[in-house]
Amino acid sequence: MKNWLKVILLGVGGFMVQPALAALNVMACEPEWGALSKELGGDKVSVYVATTALQDPHHIEARPSLIARARSADLMICTGADLEVGWVPLLQTQAGNAKIQRGQPGYFEAAPQVLMLEIPERLDRAMGDVHPQGNPHVHMDPRNIAKIAVALSERMIRLDPAETEYYRSRAKSFSERWQQALTRWEKDAAPLRGVAVVGYHKNMSYLNAWLGIREVGSLEPKPGLPPTTSHMGELLVRLAKDPARAVIRSPYNDPRAAEWLAGNAKIPVVTLPFTVGGSDKAKDLFGLFDDTLARLLAVGK
Amino acid sequence: MFKRNLVAAAIAFAFSGPAPAQNSELGKIREEINQMREAYEKRIQNLEKRLSEAEGKAGKAETAATKAESTATKAEQVSARAESAASSAANRTGENAFNPAVSLILQGTFAKTSQNPNQYQITGYVPSGGEVGPPKRSFGLAESELVIAANIDHYFRGVAILAIAPEGGIEAEEAYFQTLSLPRGFGLKGGRFFSGIGYQNERHQHTWDFQDAPLVYKAFLGNQLKQDGLQLRWVAPTDLLVELGAEISAGDRFPGSGRNKNGVGGSALFANLGGDIGASTAWRAGVSYLSVSPNARAYSDTDSVGGAVTNTFTGNAKLAGINGVLKWAPNGNASYRNLKLQGEYFQLKQDGALIYDDTAGTNGFGGPVSGNFNTKQSGWYAQAVWQFYPQWRVGYRYDALRFGTVNNGIVNNGLGPVAADFPALANHRPTRNTLMFDWNPSDFSRIRLQFASDKSRLGVTDNQVFVQYIYSLGAHGAHKF
Repeated sequence: MKNWLKVILLGVGGFMVQPALAALNVMACEPEWGALSKELGGDKVSVYVATTALQDPHHIEARPSLIARARSADLMICTGADLEVGWVPLLQTQAGNAKIQRGQPGYFEAAPQVLMLEIPERLDRAMGDVHPQGNPHVHMDPRNIAKIAVALSERMIRLDPAETEYYRSRAKSFSERWQQALTRWEKDAAPLRGVAVVGYHKNMSYLNAWLGIREVGSLEPKPGLPPTTSHMGELLVRLAKDPARAVIRSPYNDPRAAEWLAGNAKIPVVTLPFTVGGSDKAKDLFGLFDDTLARLLAVGK
Repeated sequence: MFKRNLVAAAIAFAFSGPAPAQNSELGKIREEINQMREAYEKRIQNLEKRLSEAEGKAGKAETAATKAESTATKAEQVSARAESAASSAANRTGENAFNPAVSLILQGTFAKTSQNPNQYQITGYVPSGGEVGPPKRSFGLAESELVIAANIDHYFRGVAILAIAPEGGIEAEEAYFQTLSLPRGFGLKGGRFFSGIGYQNERHQHTWDFQDAPLVYKAFLGNQLKQDGLQLRWVAPTDLLVELGAEISAGDRFPGSGRNKNGVGGSALFANLGGDIGASTAWRAGVSYLSVSPNARAYSDTDSVGGAVTNTFTGNAKLAGINGVLKWAPNGNASYRNLKLQGEYFQLKQDGALIYDDTAGTNGFGGPVSGNFNTKQSGWYAQAVWQFYPQWRVGYRYDALRFGTVNNGIVNNGLGPVAADFPALANHRPTRNTLMFDWNPSDFSRIRLQFASDKSRLGVTDNQVFVQYIYSLGAHGAHKF
């Protein structure tokens, strides 16, 4: 009888205790932050990425698997700036995890670490799905990644101080490699300065600002609204006067609209990986920008 | 020179502190920063030009390059600092910075029904007393919902959802607190909230995929079960979602009733499992159980000669249910196409005594008559909603209730009243077919057309056409899976 009770208690106890293989359980809202966590945390973190490059981070549901993962996360890394407003708040209230609540060290937002672009002067939903804090797609400028890496590394140290030296050295190594890559990218991308393109969603603004690419227009008539035929007609008229070199889309944007416009304007569609995993070559953050530049240079030179 | 301006601006900001920053002032500073940026950019470009010119003379070029680079970084640092000062001032606007998230849901219908909606009844089932009938004919305003939510402090979050009825009056649809910091996956909710039983029960009406609730919800839960009480939830530390919940409440809503008794009047248990199948499919399956003890739960009926009757039930009611939902979208990207399948089954058992009181009407038996009353009835629905194009969805739902067994001691034991004196409990198998189309121009609006052929009433088919709008103003809602 007593043994029987012991077995049950042990079973329940074993079920309650997390297998502590890694020091930090990281849940990244988007693949870029998952990749950055791996760069900075190495084998001291175990990373779960909530979304893929084929999913629109604005429109994710707080589905059961995400609630289950959020339950055990020590650190949740999201973009912020209301990008995940439709799902992260639900994960926070439903997962029963005090660590990842807003204001706790276990909840990290990337966007507040950098300069935001396109902060709306006026807020009105008639302008589409605008974000009060500014355009949230900050990771498309690698200089932002460098800043976010510094803050994220500090956050990991705060949550796991025993491994301070480890995180410091990884952050240093990453930062050095990133600076080298940045110099290389900026040199390679020089021909892209001033090149005109048509975007899909306003999710390449930081890339454009970094490289000096000029976005003539977006397929979406307003941020977050699907392309309409009338808007695409207007775009074609505008392109006749002010030609663009390519139509840029990310893997989660509808290819049909991009192809229609590109076909009519007789320019190519360039699908940029947008985030880690968005193309075969974008295996990590370095690959993301290597491949992004290669694809742009293929049409922009 | 630029630096001096900047320092002045920074000082001005430091002193203006948390006081409401004026937009014009912010604009000015932004403009100044932009000018600075442009100026630096020009300088950098000049330096770059010099750099390229000097390419032949390697030594000189190198110094120019370093200079250019250092100027660039400096410019960036300076402008970053200035802008972050400006933006943080903009974000903090004094007292109202702590305002909760507020949103307002506006809804209305245009209804055409072949039967009188005022005589709506689900024949064969004890009336739930809720507003389960179709909306009124012609134009009609539905409930407007005011949603207010915020973190109260580091321990609690508060949510209030107030329904403003079209005829006037405000009802607290939900008003609860919720813990944020219980350890080990626990969460406690208290106040008034939609019970965690079933799948659809916890979801607000404006997020439903059809204009109205499934028949089984109308018959067994009066549309939707609200609890005044406490709910404890636990999420297991597993990759598969394992969620267990328990509720205790006053148990004063159908199938319970007001009791005027101390202690707990009702309890509920639920368990949900959920996960992903690949990247494209997500699922959730659940079981739930509700137990309440209605005390003198009354409903009005008419006897076989048309006299008014009040039937009163006292005893136990137990509702058991299973539910499942499956959502599919190509690669998990629901923006363009997605499919949602949903189904639920409930069984309601009631055991107790019924009092038949026709003294206000025919008064055929010289006073109220009482007898044993137990029922075992069930119902289910299944629905599919397909978004075939961005913004456009089509959905179909089938509803059925199973009459099961109704043992009415008053009738069985020949105490006087016969089956014809209980027309609301006549043997009947209600069914309904519903088809809907909706257009969702943005996350904040939905316009729906719905057709239904509703056989809730014995021997009658109600053909319904509804046009419905749902608008959401203010804060972006986060909807449950």
